[in-house]
Amino acid sequence: MKAEEYSERKLEVEGWPVNLTSYRIGDVYHCHADNVSPGANIARTTGATREEAENKALERARHYLGNTRRHTV
Amino acid sequence: MSDYAHPEVLVSTEWVSQHAQDANVRVVEIDVDTKAYQEGHVPGAIAWAWNTQLCDTVRRDILSKEQFEKLMSASGVGNDTTLVLFGDNNNWFAAWALWQAKIYGHSDVRIMNGGRKKWLAEGREISLESPSVTPKAYKAADADLSLRAYLPQVQDAVQKKTAGLVDVRSPQEFSGEILAPAGLPETCQRGGHIPGASNIPWSKACNEDGTFKSFDDLKAIYANEGIDGTKPIIAYCRIGERSSHSWFALKYLLGYQNVVNYDGSWTEWGNLVGAPVQTGAARGANA
Repeated sequence: MKAEEYSERKLEVEGWPVNLTSYRIGDVYHCHADNVSPGANIARTTGATREEAENKALERARHYLGNTRRHTV
Repeated sequence: MSDYAHPEVLVSTEWVSQHAQDANVRVVEIDVDTKAYQEGHVPGAIAWAWNTQLCDTVRRDILSKEQFEKLMSASGVGNDTTLVLFGDNNNWFAAWALWQAKIYGHSDVRIMNGGRKKWLAEGREISLESPSVTPKAYKAADADLSLRAYLPQVQDAVQKKTAGLVDVRSPQEFSGEILAPAGLPETCQRGGHIPGASNIPWSKACNEDGTFKSFDDLKAIYANEGIDGTKPIIAYCRIGERSSHSWFALKYLLGYQNVVNYDGSWTEWGNLVGAPVQTGAARGANA
């Protein structure tokens, strides 16, 4: 068994850079969204298709990133 | 990897594919996301959960000597076992685990360069089975606290300017714009950084594929911020795991002698009553 169709792409979610990684293991597509800096995982999802897994991850990422407070310095 | 000061502390994914199931090798995955192991892992690898197995779960601290011995023993790690650690996020918590293993004197502990990301991206074999483990006797050394900074040591260094402080968090955390990495819970009362610290985010040490940059590149990245090994270095982040990664690069890849990890980090300093705090961007951040 291997991770296949491995893919990474960067996009912006709620004003924050996000790295979206997805791949297939067996019949299941796995996806995780990381905040690019520092690189912490903020959503991990699965789906029957890449699109389904990525959409779930992006939905969760929007929720968490949208709640990040920016302070004036 | 041969240009590094201590190349023996890194192994490649190819090396792991050939040796993961050798009798005297134990491969351990330590992820920030503790569910990652279950979706598939290096065949023969076991997993440690950083938040339950690599810390004292009652008081805030790393493992005690006795707890470390129990973990090693239960993991089938003997004193002469080659311990290979890796994980997600380019080995954040693998470096944290290596730091603790060094504190307790494990002689042969290594990081799989590139971590989980590189293993998956290369399409290497993965397994869903957890291997059976036969416990081994393990005797840890007394803690080597020359690898760890406590708060009083950092306060003294700040006051006397005797060490180079390296804040490895993101520029937004360093400036005080955010109190935790985007998307994660805020865990401190104030934003900013320890006065006098340089901001050298941990990720600058990595290539796109998750491997460490070359010796020359690493040396230039740190030297550009005045961190060249000529005086003691204190690395910190938010909770001490990202700084373990930078500590590893500074101590073992560049070979700087006096490098410590301040694992109290910003969640300690940023919650202290009356502690001095600087806010704003790093020198040259907008250049």
